[in-house]
Amino acid sequence: MAQAKVKSPGPVEKKLVGVADTVIVAADKSKDPTLSIPVRSLANVNFNEKRGIIEMGKRKQARTFFNVGMAKKFMQTVLVADALAELQRAGLTTSLREIYYRTKHTMKDSHENTFDNQNESDPLIEDLEVTLAALREELHVRAENAGSIVGPVVLADDGDRVDCARLGKGGYSVPSIVEPEFIEIRRCTADFILLVEKGTQWNRLSEDKFWRRYNCVLLTGNGQPPRGVRRLARRLHEEYKIPVYVLVDNDPWGYYIYSVVKQGSINLAFESQRMAIPKAKFIGLSSADPDHYGLPRNVGIKLNDKDIGRAKELLKYRWFQKKDWQEEIKRMLASGLKYELDALANKDFRYLTKTYLPRKLKEQDWLD
Amino acid sequence: MSTSLAKTTTTEKIPTAEPKATVSAAEMGARQREISVSEFFTKNRHLLGFDNPRKALLTCVKEAVDNALDAAEEAGILPDVLVKVEVAPSNGSAPPPASQATRFRVTVTDNGPGIVRQQIPPIFAKLLYGSKFHRLRMSRGQQGIGISAAGMYAQLTTGKPVQIISRTGARAAAHYFEVQIDTKKNEPRIFENKKIDWKPPRGTQVTLEIEGRYQKGRASVDEYLEQVAIANPHVNLVYLTPEGETREYPRTIHELPPQPKEIKPHPYGIEFGILLRMLHDTKSHSLSGFLAGDFSRVSAAVAQEICKTAKLSLNARPRNIHGEDAEALYKAIQATKIMAPPSNCVSPIGEKAILHGLYKQIKGDFYTAVTRPPSVYRGNPFVIEAGLAYGKGPEQAAAAPEAPAAPLAEGEQREDDSELARVIRYANRVPLLYQQSACATFKAVLETAWRNYGIAQSKGALPGGPMVVFVHMASVWVPFTSESKEAIADYDEIRKEIKLGLQECGRRLGMFLRRRERAKSEFRRRNIFELYIEEVVEACARLKGGKLAKEKLKTQLQKIATKRTGGARTDEILGGDGGPEGLPHSIIVTPEGPEGEAPVLPGAEASDGAPAEAPAPKTEKAAPGRRKGKAKAARATKAARSTKTAKRKRR
Repeated sequence: MAQAKVKSPGPVEKKLVGVADTVIVAADKSKDPTLSIPVRSLANVNFNEKRGIIEMGKRKQARTFFNVGMAKKFMQTVLVADALAELQRAGLTTSLREIYYRTKHTMKDSHENTFDNQNESDPLIEDLEVTLAALREELHVRAENAGSIVGPVVLADDGDRVDCARLGKGGYSVPSIVEPEFIEIRRCTADFILLVEKGTQWNRLSEDKFWRRYNCVLLTGNGQPPRGVRRLARRLHEEYKIPVYVLVDNDPWGYYIYSVVKQGSINLAFESQRMAIPKAKFIGLSSADPDHYGLPRNVGIKLNDKDIGRAKELLKYRWFQKKDWQEEIKRMLASGLKYELDALANKDFRYLTKTYLPRKLKEQDWLD
Repeated sequence: MSTSLAKTTTTEKIPTAEPKATVSAAEMGARQREISVSEFFTKNRHLLGFDNPRKALLTCVKEAVDNALDAAEEAGILPDVLVKVEVAPSNGSAPPPASQATRFRVTVTDNGPGIVRQQIPPIFAKLLYGSKFHRLRMSRGQQGIGISAAGMYAQLTTGKPVQIISRTGARAAAHYFEVQIDTKKNEPRIFENKKIDWKPPRGTQVTLEIEGRYQKGRASVDEYLEQVAIANPHVNLVYLTPEGETREYPRTIHELPPQPKEIKPHPYGIEFGILLRMLHDTKSHSLSGFLAGDFSRVSAAVAQEICKTAKLSLNARPRNIHGEDAEALYKAIQATKIMAPPSNCVSPIGEKAILHGLYKQIKGDFYTAVTRPPSVYRGNPFVIEAGLAYGKGPEQAAAAPEAPAAPLAEGEQREDDSELARVIRYANRVPLLYQQSACATFKAVLETAWRNYGIAQSKGALPGGPMVVFVHMASVWVPFTSESKEAIADYDEIRKEIKLGLQECGRRLGMFLRRRERAKSEFRRRNIFELYIEEVVEACARLKGGKLAKEKLKTQLQKIATKRTGGARTDEILGGDGGPEGLPHSIIVTPEGPEGEAPVLPGAEASDGAPAEAPAPKTEKAAPGRRKGKAKAARATKAARSTKTAKRKRR
């Protein structure tokens, strides 16, 4: 494949070349080339209470070349590593799908494709992430832009100055890769970060200029926040020492979104240390809020079986063992109802901006 | 609406309330009269397998062929049978094509012992007349209905009498008869009776002209005769089709199956009513003598034991035993332990013959056959035999992988043909073509856990794959579900035996498949590694920025691959392709030819000096259209496999 201008290889590229070295060294010793890949599953996840994050366990699986079951995967892994190295050399970023197309071809003298569909190549990228301890961003693989930011933050993106306070109510679309090489945070004068689950509520807050009044950064990930949003929140939190508050629906999925922001996710446990924000606080919607704020029962939604099952799972997670959290979840189960953030509009269109959040912040009514 | 309805019901009620005596008992009594068997079957011809024209044609052929084979075998003659089905000429105009025709003339000629002159009319024109009903001995026919029913059907649909030529030996004259049944009396009516010149020194020829339909495919005359050939490899069968083709099914076993012996009934198989009749009819003067003399497996000691249990005197006169005593005797028989009936009354086809039959008619890679030890249901001894033919044959298998021409795009899949296995069923060597799902054999095939043997099987369905399952039940009395003999009744003992037979076949097939799979996967492994090594080396070279001794790495990896895949040992497995070692009564067919107890088919020597290879393509003539498109494919590959090297390459 195309070779970029010769420059000294970066640390990630070196790691990728290491895959080739594994093969070469093993071949020299007449050994079966083997990659040992950390296991990515719930069984191989630990909760580090001291650091407050989910960490990956030590279990690894060997992927060997000369094993019929693994030979193709091994070959595919090397091909993906090659494509990723090419990205590094060319200084490009790409999508998972493009990686798939880049590495797909028919093998010599056969009718067999290296890859038949993208489902085969995606997990290999994650395998390489964990094996090489390199984040997807560092591997220059991006996802869709799926988040927005607005507030007193100044960023530099490809040399362009982006003042997030001057981007109207639409804000800046958070790219999927926000590593320092790509996005520089020039200034941030906010007092805190508010990470909102839903785009609609973020729009409400942005439209009402909530961020200006309370001097904060408004972030949203439109549901489960993508890596770019989580990473940007983490960088702002770390580099500017400002607290992060998470505003989600009052349902088990909202709780889980909060826990992903705080401790990291089970799937991507290996990058918790770069993504998790252990000090993030859960500001709402709490199962106690309907009482405190007088939300009528009829704006609630009945918990379905899936919700109840998920909630019971959450009760067992080690990172939800704090007394307050057990109470919070049990209270929801006892009421049998869940509430959307949108339900606050029942009181007033601007209830979130004018009453709910100000009171929450004033009373410091959040969960840790 | 409701009122009018009510009205009618009331008006209708009146006559029933006051019945007018229209018919007196005397008048009714005068109307009662005997119904002859022939009349009964004329009205109920579906009971005998004449439901529709297509089936009728098959039944006629079947009855005539069964009789021919039974006669020849009983006389100790290796049967030569000629079956000719032709479109009957219709008054002057040109005969329609076979597929359109509605009238056929069926002629079956055998080399059997012939029939003595006086017996010809009743055998062919009297229902329930025969030699086989009153004895317990294994034969194709059982009831003495078949051929006369066919004659009756001919008479009913075309009005033509049955024509018979028979000759009992070179020195005897050949007799020609034309007969019909007098349906009222169930007696033969003779139209023609003369001596004629007939070439064959011995044998019988029956000609029937009937209304029928000739249609190929499932449950056709063609299929029937093909299956006859499979189960009767000692028969030389020639079939002249209505379309003018000649199909030959040559004899591959040159000895007759052992003559089954006639036996006395076994006490366990006797019903109470029959016991009463036997008590009445016996020639013995004492009960013990009756028991020991009229039943099989009852010794004097056993007879004594039965009498003791029944609290009856050994010397009681059998004729005087009735009522409670007879019941006590019946119970005592059931309670006494009696040896299973002798099994020499049953003559199985034998593993070797089944193998030959399957191999001759069905193309495959693997054949196996099992003859179970004799077993008993309701006092009737029986033997179950099972067989399997698996695969598409080496030529087809070699032809298949050429299909995919282009690499697949996302979402595309290679087509897998998902045919189901075919079950061929036999009772006393006679193929059963109808009512498959009602048959004990079919149920046993469904119940066998084929997945254990590496064969796909959906729940409640036949196993999948290119496979023919053969099941044969041989017995002195095969329990059919109806008179037309289409399905074997589902006795637990029978089904259990069938399953045991199928399981044994399945185990052998499983072993064969596993072995072949192992060899194949070794081969594939090496193939895969070769392909992948190429890719990995290229990718590594790119990763290293081109600074890599590619050839060196490639050789190193290839060396590891060879070591990992078993090296020379694999080469052996690949070359040998398994082999029938350890698989009893099996044939394995490889591109190099059959291994195991494969017969050399006639005509094999004639082809290009490679006798072992020849049989497979040669059978093409004898077994056309076993599966659709098969013959064509075989012909195509025949050209392609002209040299051995070409074949190897494809593998």
